[in-house]
Amino acid sequence: MAVEFEPKIVGFLCNWCSYAGADMAGTSRMSYPTNIRIIRVPCSGRIDPLFVAKAFQMGADGVLIAGCHPGDCHYAEGNYHLRRRFALLRPFLDYLGIDKERFRLEWVSASEGKRFTEVVTSFTEQVRRIGPRVALGGPRAETSPAEVEAH
Amino acid sequence: MKQEARAPSEKRGGGQNTFSYYPGCALKSSAREYDISARLCCESLGIELRELADWTCCGASSAHATSDVLAVALPGKDLHAASEAGYPLVTACAMCFSRLKIAAHETADMATRTLAGDVSGNIVPVMHLLEVIDSRLASLVPNKGLAGLKVACFYGCLLVRPKAVAIDDAENPQVMDRLMRTIGAEPMPWAFKTECCGAGLPLARPDIVRRLSHRILLSAAAVGADCVAVACPECHANLDMHQAGMGGKHGGEVRVPVVYFTQLLGLSLGFSPYELHLDRHMVDPLPALSSKGLA
Amino acid sequence: MFVCHCGTNIAGVVDIARVVEAAKRMPQVVYVSDNKYTCSDPGQGSIKNAIGEHKLDRVVVSACSPRMHEKTFRKAVAQAGLNPYMLEIANIREHDSWVHAFDKEGATAKAIELVRLAVAKVSRDAQLHARQIGLTKRALVIGGGIAGIQAALDIANSGHEVVVVEREATIGGRMAQVDKTFPTLDCSACILSPKMVELSSHPRVTLLTYAEVVSVKGFLGNFEVEIRQKARKVDHASCTGCGTCWQKCPEKVKSDFDLGLGERTAIYIPFPQAVPPKPVIDLESCRYMKYLAFTASGAEGKKPPQCRICEKLCPTGSIDWEQKDKILTEKFGAIVVATGFKTFDHSAYGEYGAGAYPDVITGLQLERMMSASGPTGGEVRRPSDGAHPKTVVFVSCVGSRDEAKGRAYCSKVCCMYIAKHAIMLKEHDPEVQSFVFYIDIRAGGKGYEEFVRRAQEEYGAIYLRGRVSKIYQEGRKLKVLGEDSLIGRPVEIDADLVVLATGIEPSTGVVDLAQRLSISYDTDRFLVEAHPKLRPVETQTDGVFLAGVCIGPKDIPETVAQGSAAAAKVAALFSQEYITTDPMTATVDLMKCTGCMLCAQVCPFKAIGSQTMRDGKVLANVNESLCKGCGLCAAACRGKAIDLRGFTNQQLLAEVTSLWQ
Repeated sequence: MAVEFEPKIVGFLCNWCSYAGADMAGTSRMSYPTNIRIIRVPCSGRIDPLFVAKAFQMGADGVLIAGCHPGDCHYAEGNYHLRRRFALLRPFLDYLGIDKERFRLEWVSASEGKRFTEVVTSFTEQVRRIGPRVALGGPRAETSPAEVEAH
Repeated sequence: MKQEARAPSEKRGGGQNTFSYYPGCALKSSAREYDISARLCCESLGIELRELADWTCCGASSAHATSDVLAVALPGKDLHAASEAGYPLVTACAMCFSRLKIAAHETADMATRTLAGDVSGNIVPVMHLLEVIDSRLASLVPNKGLAGLKVACFYGCLLVRPKAVAIDDAENPQVMDRLMRTIGAEPMPWAFKTECCGAGLPLARPDIVRRLSHRILLSAAAVGADCVAVACPECHANLDMHQAGMGGKHGGEVRVPVVYFTQLLGLSLGFSPYELHLDRHMVDPLPALSSKGLA
Repeated sequence: MFVCHCGTNIAGVVDIARVVEAAKRMPQVVYVSDNKYTCSDPGQGSIKNAIGEHKLDRVVVSACSPRMHEKTFRKAVAQAGLNPYMLEIANIREHDSWVHAFDKEGATAKAIELVRLAVAKVSRDAQLHARQIGLTKRALVIGGGIAGIQAALDIANSGHEVVVVEREATIGGRMAQVDKTFPTLDCSACILSPKMVELSSHPRVTLLTYAEVVSVKGFLGNFEVEIRQKARKVDHASCTGCGTCWQKCPEKVKSDFDLGLGERTAIYIPFPQAVPPKPVIDLESCRYMKYLAFTASGAEGKKPPQCRICEKLCPTGSIDWEQKDKILTEKFGAIVVATGFKTFDHSAYGEYGAGAYPDVITGLQLERMMSASGPTGGEVRRPSDGAHPKTVVFVSCVGSRDEAKGRAYCSKVCCMYIAKHAIMLKEHDPEVQSFVFYIDIRAGGKGYEEFVRRAQEEYGAIYLRGRVSKIYQEGRKLKVLGEDSLIGRPVEIDADLVVLATGIEPSTGVVDLAQRLSISYDTDRFLVEAHPKLRPVETQTDGVFLAGVCIGPKDIPETVAQGSAAAAKVAALFSQEYITTDPMTATVDLMKCTGCMLCAQVCPFKAIGSQTMRDGKVLANVNESLCKGCGLCAAACRGKAIDLRGFTNQQLLAEVTSLWQ
């Protein structure tokens, strides 16, 4: 293992607020760790718990979900649905043996590039502190690509 | 009383109609008639008042002006005792109510609680007697006991301010008006319900007290009130005791009896004016009451 | 696969050559090239050429954010003959090179993974086709105030039919109640009445007064609206508006239009210039209606008189007691909401008498008194004794800028109408002295600040910065206690009349209407625009537009401008022959759907309905015209029977999986 563990984090970002907020971090030339891989979804309410579970199954060290602030959803109420799902999913992850601290929900608006930077930085640090994890149903995925291929 | 409050087996014995009662210093001395009439009314209405064991000064009117800690710690001690007893704490004095309720409000803040030390985490609700009776208005049989009596309900400052501890609207409170209407009296709409009576200045600046109280009484007289009803011993002292010295350069003489709301409630419940100590006031209310056939 | 350098924006951090090499080894990738600027003409040309040359059926562009150039590249691939939705963008600029400038190694590794992610998605892209639907070129305007009048006239003048629905018996709204307008002191009626008449006589305008919107179905271009025409008990087709009935009707009630200061009869027109100039019968106060109600209830006692005087006197026999509420169903392509406002009820202010003092009135009431056609014939009189007031106190911000009363916002027009009133009072009666208590004077607008200064300097209004703490009756006078905070002294004024500048709040019933239209409202019940800066008269519901004070407090010029703006939006919409819909909508797999309809419950746009299959099963059905593609339903569906085109479950799962390949 490397001197410092580099976690792999999947980020699901809503198109209208948080993805734009991440763009804003870029256009403002802010800087955050490279660990996050951003997947764009139209609305945070589009995020099926299955996607999160899948990411953890594949071996993700952390999953970040970001959407519009409550009340600001482009689709009026998608983020409220997400918030409920999040509240249910988190204890379920715990049950699966995945540290709840590896899963975070944040509200980032399109103008909050700085906030996005802070969120990613602190979350990456948090996951780094927790350390690597063992993928569900087998050894850590990174060390065993064959298994992933077989999937 | 003390033993009752301390006996744990008694804690749940009283039910919803049992309250810890905090009389305060004024009701034990200059405002005895308020204490007596309040107890008579409550007994008649099935409200059990258990005098708080070993109660001490609430801190009015100087503690909060001199020490932040004492302002919470003094009433805090009584709150603590009330919490031990386990019943909501009721007081008839507006000043005691204000100090106790503010202390309860502020100790919700952990930092203040640490400062004040002695206050327990679970604080029983603090209520003014008006609130207790108001919450039982439905069970109070409406009667025509005081029919024809025009009452100017005076709330003063401490029952309705500050907002966090107020029992009613600060500008146009209605809780006492509702009670008066229920017992057949006619509460007069007037503009001085919550004006300053001069509060704690009667010794230092009696001139200010007289000027302010005079305005209140003139306004009550102008709307044709037969008497002013109060729920605070300080208001009563200023409006009643100082009336003789009013007038002169402040305008016309004014004679308006000032009584406690519990005394009017007591009359409607059938107690005699003498049981209610209506003869203890400086401005005799008995002529006004007897002219309406009430005494 | 096209990797963009974006000059040095990307190439300065990310090792493009390594990304290209890695991409070449990715499954299904047959062609990789890099460009200096892919978005440039040559860059786009190279994409088009490659599509033809290498028979590409899907394209990934690794460049800037898709929010930047997705549309550009979609167009480019479409020009090369591909379906425009067979394109994905890997964001290696905003999400990579720009934020990882100090970690070139990490940025390059991340770029490769982002490319792989996009490849995973693009290989599961399906051909999507935008649909075209027809539209009804007919607009509904809800509210007949100045905003609605302006919107309706502009739409009608651009050649389209308009229906105006107004709840009251006349159009004109609040502006009709106003005597003069600031800062020019134009007579309000003189500038409004011609517009009202123009609207009522316009060949393309249908006016439905005394009517309300009951329900709204459908979507952009194809709304179906139910409108209740309330029973007027007067046949407007034959009524000539001669006025005999309302002159002779014996039943008098307080006039809403005159804000309780004057009286009207049970059969009435709200004011002399009302449009239409034909009466309605107020069912609650009409004597015959009371008689009928009494008879029907079977109660004992003396019967009310039968009256029916209007019926006896009507020369055209237009009184129709049998007339009932009627529901009209109409089709529209667009809806403009212009529901306006009402004034704050000052009974919440106990310190100002809670509405108990007759000589404490509102600004709008003073406006009615000043109006020559108002209840006092244009004379300002104290409601208590009819005397002409000499000392008048104005209190600003009553129900505005007062969080304790739940009204944190500024009502915007009060400062100006106070100044107007102070000027007009002095013009009515030179002996009047006005005092104005204010918090701040907000006079932003052309000629506004100058107007306020005129009130002070030429008309002698005394402005006192501070709030009024109490008003009470003392004899015939009103004692006003306040503070002049600039000199830090309490002020007492013995006033004859106190005018409260009551704030603006949305009209009654606006929340119900907003829910019927699926548009949002804020905590103060003002309707919410699609974007406060750039889409000020649009809503989140396509085809529904807003105008005027229903969005937030504003003055007449701004309201008129918004009416025209909403009309322009409608006209632009109606300039199309059909509407193109976004194909990234939800779709139901009928083989999997169990008809639980959970999707319909979560859908914020009511886009999911049900359909009955031949075997009697009731399954979900997406109305693609209403669907906005949020995907809430797809995430909610238990059986994964509903999916979102462009962001399918399969695609998103593949994206996740790709990160470990």
